[in-house]
Amino acid sequence: MQELVNIFAKSIFVDNMVFAYFLGMCSYLAVSKKVSTAVGLGIAVIFVLTVTVPTNYLLQNFVLQEGALAWIGPRFADVDLSFLSFILFIAVIASMVQLVEMLVEKFSPALYGALGIFLPLIAVNCAILGGSLFMQERNYANITEATVFGFGSGIGWFLAIVAIAAIREKIQYSNVPAPLKGLGITFIVTGLMGIGFMSFMGIKL
Amino acid sequence: MAEVLEKDVQKEELIDKVPKEPLFSKKNRKLLSDPFNDDNPITVQVLGICSALAITVKLQPAIVMTLSVIFVMAAGNVIISLLRNFVPNRIRIIVQLVVVASLVVLVDQVLKAFVYDVSKELAVFVGLIITNCIIMGRLEAFALGNTPWRSFLDGIGNAWGYGIILIVVAFFRELFGSGQLMGFQIIPESWYLANGGFYSDNGFMLLPPMALITVGIIIWVQRSRNTKLIED
Repeated sequence: MQELVNIFAKSIFVDNMVFAYFLGMCSYLAVSKKVSTAVGLGIAVIFVLTVTVPTNYLLQNFVLQEGALAWIGPRFADVDLSFLSFILFIAVIASMVQLVEMLVEKFSPALYGALGIFLPLIAVNCAILGGSLFMQERNYANITEATVFGFGSGIGWFLAIVAIAAIREKIQYSNVPAPLKGLGITFIVTGLMGIGFMSFMGIKL
Repeated sequence: MAEVLEKDVQKEELIDKVPKEPLFSKKNRKLLSDPFNDDNPITVQVLGICSALAITVKLQPAIVMTLSVIFVMAAGNVIISLLRNFVPNRIRIIVQLVVVASLVVLVDQVLKAFVYDVSKELAVFVGLIITNCIIMGRLEAFALGNTPWRSFLDGIGNAWGYGIILIVVAFFRELFGSGQLMGFQIIPESWYLANGGFYSDNGFMLLPPMALITVGIIIWVQRSRNTKLIED
């Protein structure tokens, strides 16, 4: 249990997708002008990460890893398909995103309109593929840990985008030097937030 | 393969443009030069930021990443451009992802075979080229509507415009963060405090947030010089 809490807190604060690894920056910069749309996209990302990371964990352990195919028969025991992982992971992600798109369209047409092109673009949001690749790299012990990691990373991303959206709503009324307006100041504020989040680094759970 | 490609290019050009346009006409040269400044993928189009920042602690991985992206983007653009009349609109995203993913698998395996150390340093970020929005963005915006030769130039131009930012950021971070470039000591040892000098490395430059701030400053400099890019 403690291990799970540890992974959860770590993936939100210490290994935050945005501030520690810069993943999902494109949609983070593009959809963070208003808090309401940022919340919508954040929730969609949480959902997609929570579903795809465990799915890809199963793929990784029963299909891709060296020796993972042993369950079919001893002849397959030393097959190593790990070079296929990019393609299979991205296929899982693309189909999950399709699913989310249909769900959002059905249950919240307003949000669907607000997110527009960025909903299908979750498929190419690096935070999602990054979640699966980190899962692969860090060798989580079981599927619960992988799920908690996916969920935590999603929450971390959600926090980041909602925070920057709030700051950007305020910053519209500030006197920013003209060449820094818009993109430039967002980069710098994100950098400063990253410095803030680094203070979590020393925490041992 | 090259022969087939060349034939296609010529055929396309004969169909699309009469009289025939020279390969490096003014319009085509613009495709190469625009992404440097007016239309830079990172600072203007806001694409492909993630990988741009994560691997810029040192110069060498940044250069390897640039070369990989140039390859994936040029090849991806040409392939999608050749396929553009056969792919149904509804499944184009999946087709693009598959093409890009296969090219990235190729790059990943080549890097693992020839420059294992660098590929270890790049870690998951080679895989993340698949989801690099520059590639998807250019495939969507350009390759789907243009001839292979023009798409090729567009791919090279944009990947290089992306790479130049990567290299500039990596240059400053490595120089100020560890006093080295490509692993060679640039700032003389005798300058360091430990050896009786006045200088010490700014370790902060090696931490992730400084990459963001460095890009922010690059944007600042670029937009002060090129005022038509200023947002209101």
